[in-house]
Amino acid sequence: MPENSLYGPLDPAPDAGYVDAPPRMGFFTDTSVCIGCKACEVACKEWNNVPEHGLDLLGMSYDNTGGLTANSWRHVAFIEQPVSRDRLADRGTGVGGQAGNQPPAFAGMPTTTVAAPESAVAAATTGKETGTEPGVVPGPEPAAAAPATTQFLGMPSSVLPGQLPGGERTDFRWLMMSNVCKHCTHAGCLDVCPTGALFRTEFGTVVVQEDICNGCGYCISGCPYGVIDQRKGDGRAWKCTLCYDRLRDDMMPACAKACPTESIQYGPLDELRERAAARLEHLHGIGETSARLYGNDPEDGVGGDGAFFLLLDEPEVYGLPPDPVVPTRDLPEMWRTAGKAALTMAAAVAVAFLGLGRRR
Amino acid sequence: MAECHPVGFQWAMAAKERGAKIFHVDPRFTRTSALASTYVPIRAGTDIAFLGGVINYILSNELDFREYVLAYTNAATIVSEDFRDTEDLDGLFSGYDPDTGVYDPVTWQYQGHEPQAAARDTVIERETASPLQHESHGPGVSWRVDRDETLRHPRCVYQILKRHFARYTPEVVEQACGIPREKFDEVCRAWTENSGRDRTTALVYSVGWTQHSVGAQYIRTGAIIQLLLGNIGRPGGGVLALRGHASIQGSTDIPTLFNLLPGYLPMPVAQLHPTYSDWVTSICHPKQKGFWHHAPAYCASLLKAYWGEAATPDNDFCYGYMPRLTGDHGIYKQVFDMIDGKIKGYFLMGQNPAVGSMNGRAQRLGMANLDWLVVRDLFEIESATWWKNSVEVETGEIVPTECRTEVFFIPAASHVEKEGTFTQTQRLLQWREKALDPPGDARSDLWFFYHLGRIVRQKLAGSTLPRDRAILDLAWDYPTHGPHDEPSADAVLREINGYDVKTGLTLRTFGQLRDDGSTVGGCWIYCGVYADGVNQAARRRPGGEQNYVAPEWGWAWPDNRRILYNRASADPQGRPWSERKAYVWWDGKKGCWDGYDQPDFEKTKPPSYRPGPDAEGVEAIAGDDPFIMLGDGKGWLYASSGLLDGPMPTHYEPPESLVRNPLYGQQANPVRKVYDRPENITHPSPPEPHVGVYPYVFTIARLTEHHTAGGMSRYVEHLAELQPEMFFEVSPELAAERGLTHLDWGHVVTARGVVEGRVLVTDRLTPLPVADRVVHQIWLPYHWGPNGWSRGDSANDLGGMVLDPNVLIQEGKCGTCDVRPGRRPQGRELVTYLNDYRRRAGILESHHTPIITTDTAAESYRQGRPDK
Repeated sequence: MPENSLYGPLDPAPDAGYVDAPPRMGFFTDTSVCIGCKACEVACKEWNNVPEHGLDLLGMSYDNTGGLTANSWRHVAFIEQPVSRDRLADRGTGVGGQAGNQPPAFAGMPTTTVAAPESAVAAATTGKETGTEPGVVPGPEPAAAAPATTQFLGMPSSVLPGQLPGGERTDFRWLMMSNVCKHCTHAGCLDVCPTGALFRTEFGTVVVQEDICNGCGYCISGCPYGVIDQRKGDGRAWKCTLCYDRLRDDMMPACAKACPTESIQYGPLDELRERAAARLEHLHGIGETSARLYGNDPEDGVGGDGAFFLLLDEPEVYGLPPDPVVPTRDLPEMWRTAGKAALTMAAAVAVAFLGLGRRR
Repeated sequence: MAECHPVGFQWAMAAKERGAKIFHVDPRFTRTSALASTYVPIRAGTDIAFLGGVINYILSNELDFREYVLAYTNAATIVSEDFRDTEDLDGLFSGYDPDTGVYDPVTWQYQGHEPQAAARDTVIERETASPLQHESHGPGVSWRVDRDETLRHPRCVYQILKRHFARYTPEVVEQACGIPREKFDEVCRAWTENSGRDRTTALVYSVGWTQHSVGAQYIRTGAIIQLLLGNIGRPGGGVLALRGHASIQGSTDIPTLFNLLPGYLPMPVAQLHPTYSDWVTSICHPKQKGFWHHAPAYCASLLKAYWGEAATPDNDFCYGYMPRLTGDHGIYKQVFDMIDGKIKGYFLMGQNPAVGSMNGRAQRLGMANLDWLVVRDLFEIESATWWKNSVEVETGEIVPTECRTEVFFIPAASHVEKEGTFTQTQRLLQWREKALDPPGDARSDLWFFYHLGRIVRQKLAGSTLPRDRAILDLAWDYPTHGPHDEPSADAVLREINGYDVKTGLTLRTFGQLRDDGSTVGGCWIYCGVYADGVNQAARRRPGGEQNYVAPEWGWAWPDNRRILYNRASADPQGRPWSERKAYVWWDGKKGCWDGYDQPDFEKTKPPSYRPGPDAEGVEAIAGDDPFIMLGDGKGWLYASSGLLDGPMPTHYEPPESLVRNPLYGQQANPVRKVYDRPENITHPSPPEPHVGVYPYVFTIARLTEHHTAGGMSRYVEHLAELQPEMFFEVSPELAAERGLTHLDWGHVVTARGVVEGRVLVTDRLTPLPVADRVVHQIWLPYHWGPNGWSRGDSANDLGGMVLDPNVLIQEGKCGTCDVRPGRRPQGRELVTYLNDYRRRAGILESHHTPIITTDTAAESYRQGRPDK
């Protein structure tokens, strides 16, 4: 246990002062069984009365939501991922398409030259502006306009789909992942909220109270994941509540309820972590060696997430920051530094007055 | 499946988690492919070549489940010596008549059965899609057959099948389908290794699979594989049809089809069934095995449900009131009849043909020539507004101020705003309660029809005209409730179930239906859904509280059996094939069949039972005949009757193709139904010239985010925004070839129409090497139209109407086209643009591809008529 509540592992609800708090509740989103149906997005909007995000064809595979915003509290990312032959050879049978000891999806397909440069350029853009700005992800730049490279960085790559720069058709897989607010143990948004609109619930989740939020926007820069967002024409901040109202009635959050393949699992966080560890072991066992958990570690930069994930590749591939850190982590250190500076300043001032006094 | 059946796909995922391998075969790499163990790309329209290759692999390596095949299929049955295969006739079977374009199936019969088929009129059968009735009706075949249990007789079904599919080699599969050898081998190995005593494999298709000019034969090919491998009637096996909507199974059980009555009873045909006894006899097939023998009881009870007290044995239960078929009244023929002014009025319920049906322009031109049109839907769909905002208004073909059709739009209640049942793909009826009242004037379909009937009857009351008797004598007395006099759906279900006229008690099983007018039954196969006066479809006992078959969740027809023909899950002696796959079995001590499911067999008939020589009907079913609805009690590897385009599936190219049939001189299905009209032009196809004018292949399909023609999704913001605009997908290679740019406009051209949309360049599509060329495929979702939140062109405007002869379904999933960058021309320029393409292709006026492309037709004809 660290010396303060701003960093490191802790149970947030008791820490926030709840006596006899229920177990901490959360999501475990297992992307290895996500089928990209977007039922979570729709169920969330229906239950929480979230307005539409707008009719924008983004060209980012089947993702026309763009990201987590004030008007999209669940977001399904679609990643069309070229997979090099070498890498395929490392993978066993398993999830997410083809694998090492099976013929790859497009084995034997004709290989042709790369498309026209103008096609390649257009293929790398992300289309029109979205209705609300998609959450801006800190960390590496989204790959939209990145220079040509064989490494796949996220959304549409600079290389034409299905092509390596050499012009040969690669093998391929299609990843899908339902993203959501992480309900961090140390929530940057909550820590910086000046009005108390953001609060920690008895379930350990983080919720904005719409009738208190004054739209100052501090929380937006406080979120290391770029999740919380201001609604245009409204100004207030909005994000996933983990269906706080449903939880209080002992009901499952809408997205988890709607998920047909149990990609979104809801439950006590301890239980979910156990389940996730077992699932990961299973996937590793069948050769899905690049599978990993994300946000499950209480020692990470946000003290672990209340909503964590099983990913089939590096977090950057999904547009997630690899090593998120709550900005308030350094608050004590900053205060100490500030304090020292203030003392130094005070001393300097004192010295100055002393000097004056002496001169007098 | 993940794409259109995400809720059902959870079980495929659950199976995968338990170690099942999932193979996905599709021209497109979809969400299903993404989650499958192996994706197999295929050229659209070549599935019989692919599956035929699997059959060849099974037979040439003798990997069939021999004990099952011998006992439960017609593999050993000897076929007529007059039969000639496509092997002998370059793609035609014996008996083809080039004048009528149909086969005389006499030579296809089992040895000694030839005279039975002589009386059939296959021209009428094609016009009325009569093979569709065989969905459960079962075509006529006597059970007294010659068999060779060694399977060595050159004319036994097994040997005929083996010869027929011998040329479907892996090389042919590679050439025809574009499937690499290693992928094909992987499928063959997995399918055969995972079938047998201990294991079963399921074949799952979505109904797009049926939408081909050889659609019924696609399913047949899959069924042959499943029979050969012993995967029918057993847990984890089967051929599973995923239906396109919530209750499409229900809408064939209690049909919305022109040629069927409830329970797959055939609609009477004027020329063939002038009397009640003609009609009933044609169904019950005297001298056959099986439960169709009781058809008189099913028919009488149905007519009693229609006409109640007025229907008596003396007046043939009012059979005279029944409408009769006089020919093809299928949906496409209706469209042309509308264009020709033969149909004056039309009801559209929950259907949006202006967007959802093939050849959208013909659909809209048809509706524009009606006197009146009633559209009942949740929103003001395109089929109600084509007169003011369709492409034809743009081109001047429909002028709003002059269009004479009077359109009545009537708001309908959605599925959560009314009560009733859904019947899903497993034939499971599930009752649902009304969750909330429909808004405003929206009402349930039941309300609409009941009160429409009531008012029509009121208006006719007192009429003495004989023609009005059919309406006035109807039993139209459903109880109503609530402020809007909503009829009781519960009472309707009770009538469908059936009851005893005297006591009013509901029946428990269709065996209790009688042919003497003492019972009422609206749909014989649904008898039992209201057993004991209880709505069995409303049962919701959780799966955890019962065995894994979950017989107390909802109710499945017939008799709550969850797997049809499940007698086949036990061996001929009645023992489970294996412990692992035990499902139903003969319990010698109790003297009855037992198991996890309701046995699809007479409960106390022992495996050792053998019928006497004169037995017929149910009595003739032997104790080891699992296929109790078929005339010989066997699963059919070879269909001597029932299909109009051949006893065995044969690869034909789609009517519009880029390549010559790699297997036979006969290019496309020789029995396909063609409507040769200027609204319905077919592109040149090999061996014709000018194929290159439309040099690509297109396929049309659905996305998860939208529902069919968009009536339930494009008008709802939260759904519309998920796929906000019409687009189509091309491979990077095709994009390069045609200068198409990701997210820019592009358009797809056929002789029927031009459709524009945004281009999605994706490596989920791949060019296929086929024969000596590369075939590029484009896929378009068909959800859009000019109304709603999310709008765009309708992809179905591209397709034509060339039909499967058996069930009259359209070749909707592959055709040829051109694709161009940029937006399509507007207004009159669009017509000029279309005509320019047609001029270059030589099809300006009217065109359909030649039916016969081999010179063996005369020989085939002579073979069918030995006396000529």
